Amino acid sequence: MTSRLSSMPAWARWMIYAASGVLLLTIVQSISDTDRLTQISTSREMLRWAVPIFLAGLGGLFSERAGVVNIGLEGMLILGMWFGAWGSIEYGAWWGLLIGIVGGMIGGLLHAVATVTFQVDHIISGVAINILAPAITRYLSEEVWDSPTTSPQTAEVGTWDVPFLAGGTIFGWESPDWLLTASKWEIWYLSDVAQLSRGLLRSTSWVSIIALLLVPFTVWLVWRTRFGLRLRICGEKPAAGEAQGINIIRYKYIAVIISGGLAGLGGAFISTELSGLFQGGNSAGRGFIGLAALIFGNWRPGGVLLGALLFGYVFGLDLKDLDGTASHAMLLVNAIALAGVAAWAFSRRRVADTVLASALGVGALCWWLVADTVPSWWSNTLPYVIVLLVLVFFSQRLRMPAANGQPYRKGG
Amino acid sequence: MRTYALSLAAPVGAFVLTVIVSTLALLAFGSNPVEAYGDMLSHASKLETQVDILNRATPFYLSAVAAAIGFRMNLFNIGVEGQYLVAFLFAAQIGGLISLPQVLHILVIMLVAMAVGSLYAGLAGILKTARGVNEVISTIMLNSIAVGGLLAWLQQEWQAEQGEAFTSTTLGTNPIDESGLFPTINGLLEIFTRDIGQGKQLTGMLLIAILVGVLYNLLLNRTRFGFDLRASGINPFAARAGGIPPKRMVLAAMMLSGAVAGLIGVVELADRGKFPPDPIQGLGFQGIAVALLGRNNPGGMAFAALLFAFLDVSSGVLDSTGAASREIAVIMQGVVLLTAVVAYGVANRLRERDEASEAAEALLAEREVVPA
Repeated sequence: MTSRLSSMPAWARWMIYAASGVLLLTIVQSISDTDRLTQISTSREMLRWAVPIFLAGLGGLFSERAGVVNIGLEGMLILGMWFGAWGSIEYGAWWGLLIGIVGGMIGGLLHAVATVTFQVDHIISGVAINILAPAITRYLSEEVWDSPTTSPQTAEVGTWDVPFLAGGTIFGWESPDWLLTASKWEIWYLSDVAQLSRGLLRSTSWVSIIALLLVPFTVWLVWRTRFGLRLRICGEKPAAGEAQGINIIRYKYIAVIISGGLAGLGGAFISTELSGLFQGGNSAGRGFIGLAALIFGNWRPGGVLLGALLFGYVFGLDLKDLDGTASHAMLLVNAIALAGVAAWAFSRRRVADTVLASALGVGALCWWLVADTVPSWWSNTLPYVIVLLVLVFFSQRLRMPAANGQPYRKGG
Repeated sequence: MRTYALSLAAPVGAFVLTVIVSTLALLAFGSNPVEAYGDMLSHASKLETQVDILNRATPFYLSAVAAAIGFRMNLFNIGVEGQYLVAFLFAAQIGGLISLPQVLHILVIMLVAMAVGSLYAGLAGILKTARGVNEVISTIMLNSIAVGGLLAWLQQEWQAEQGEAFTSTTLGTNPIDESGLFPTINGLLEIFTRDIGQGKQLTGMLLIAILVGVLYNLLLNRTRFGFDLRASGINPFAARAGGIPPKRMVLAAMMLSGAVAGLIGVVELADRGKFPPDPIQGLGFQGIAVALLGRNNPGGMAFAALLFAFLDVSSGVLDSTGAASREIAVIMQGVVLLTAVVAYGVANRLRERDEASEAAEALLAEREVVPA
């Protein structure tokens, strides 16, 4: 089974993952009193939450593939939030994104100077940047907008509807909206798939589209080009790269600056596309969650996206779930997922994991049976709990770049 | 000689650079730096402001020691924030339920806070030892769970309890009895100074913080445990070969760190009298900054805590004088941290290079003595 899956092309494997995920949601939904698990707004919110998480995680990928641990992503994201908002207000939406990227890159440059040139411990430098970045943005906001935490309204880059599938227009001609038609048929499962897909394809921010295109681009850049090979050798065995005449320091710098730029784009997306203004604290730890998505995704672009979508789904569901019924249904989804983990651990004869997963799964099931709704604080907490659980069960299966986090000194 | 010069050059260099950067930041937005610094310094020269600075430095210092315990064995407890909040909550809740004679009441509250803080930190320790989960990520997630989950949940519960009638002053846990509040020590300070005005109270937890600093120093430098801890930090493989159980050390360091983090909750409880709906946030991260700035050294951290508290408190006056934005203080905190971290790194490298060349020279000299 597993071998057949892994012999498939990546896009087909992804389709199967997505289809079975939606199937699970549909089954759970048909035995609980909510229809929010597969609503169009749920997948739209999922994507909106996932994009900054993914961009931060992808930033982490560039940096850590080159051997520099980047805890400072959160700070770079915050810099991107501020500079994105400022650029958007001063020069317009696209300039805002660009300036946000530059803001994140400045954070990346600082991290590179500290870790690569001065060989400061990567985590210490990252923590310092996470403390410095909100300080800078508070000061700048106070001076520029007379308020340490909020900016005026920003401009948006706009959205796009995919033609035919989600009723987008081609040269002024309005194409049919097939997914809308399909979701109105109310066929079990099929309509759910249609609704969720429509949420991803209708009024999609251009930034989201760029972010999604970055997955194949990153795969190509990091795994199919000479640049990527050199970048990865910095994170695996820098001494070997040096022996081949590669300028390790330069590649590390480039990687960490790209990393900051991606986190900056994620930040600019938060302020200009999501909230429509800069607001201190709006990052909601998405830089850190991006790091968790990076680990979850085993330092691969597709995996990072999957992790970001997973966390984004849980956050996004919470946003539209005022009466707590959808989060209640999520308990059952969690219970089934934990049962799956337990079965997987059992097949590998890992007793402790089996027991732990079963116990947690039974707990989730019991809660689902006893309660009708869950309080909103639980849905706020769930994403973080899921991050922890994923790390608990899978972190020993993951492989990070071999020289990740190690100081590198030329000639030594 | 050069070694001493180096270890002094790093903080001085960081300080000079910070002043340059913040001066530029002030000039960039048309503020007068001389006026701004002057206002801050003259404000800080008042006794009442100094009391505020000491009150602010106390939680900073405890938070720094909590972080430093982990740092000394390369364990990054980023979760001081969450540990302190959870400890604060439990201490306030339990302290509000009981009434005991003063000494006992305070003792119970302190023990509860330390136990809860250490258990919450221990969670991250267990995840690391049993499952290899990186403590940086797990403590950050535990922070989010404490803030986004626990705090949000309590707020809902409190609001539901009081219906429409709630105000921010009625929310929170039950206020604890007078006997549970750690006493203030104005009298102690007034021995040396004039009477403290404006109703300012100097927190007695300052003494506990000093005690924690002394104990931290003794523990690290005078005990077996401290040696094991430092050895695990410097070279985990050698430490393991030397018979130091790595997993037990991780767990012990994490829990000790969490216990100290819990004490921050006692400081805040003495100040607020209950667990309020808006507990001060960010103390954990500022503690990490103080620990990094003070190089995990008890004296250095005390200095750094006072510096951070000075910047925080004295910049408050800028609101009324209007010489600059008070946010310049956070800029200075951030810049001094980053530059100090880099400066220490440079100083370390230079020292290592010195040591290497000294060793090489000594080796050469030895060879020359030995007859060929």
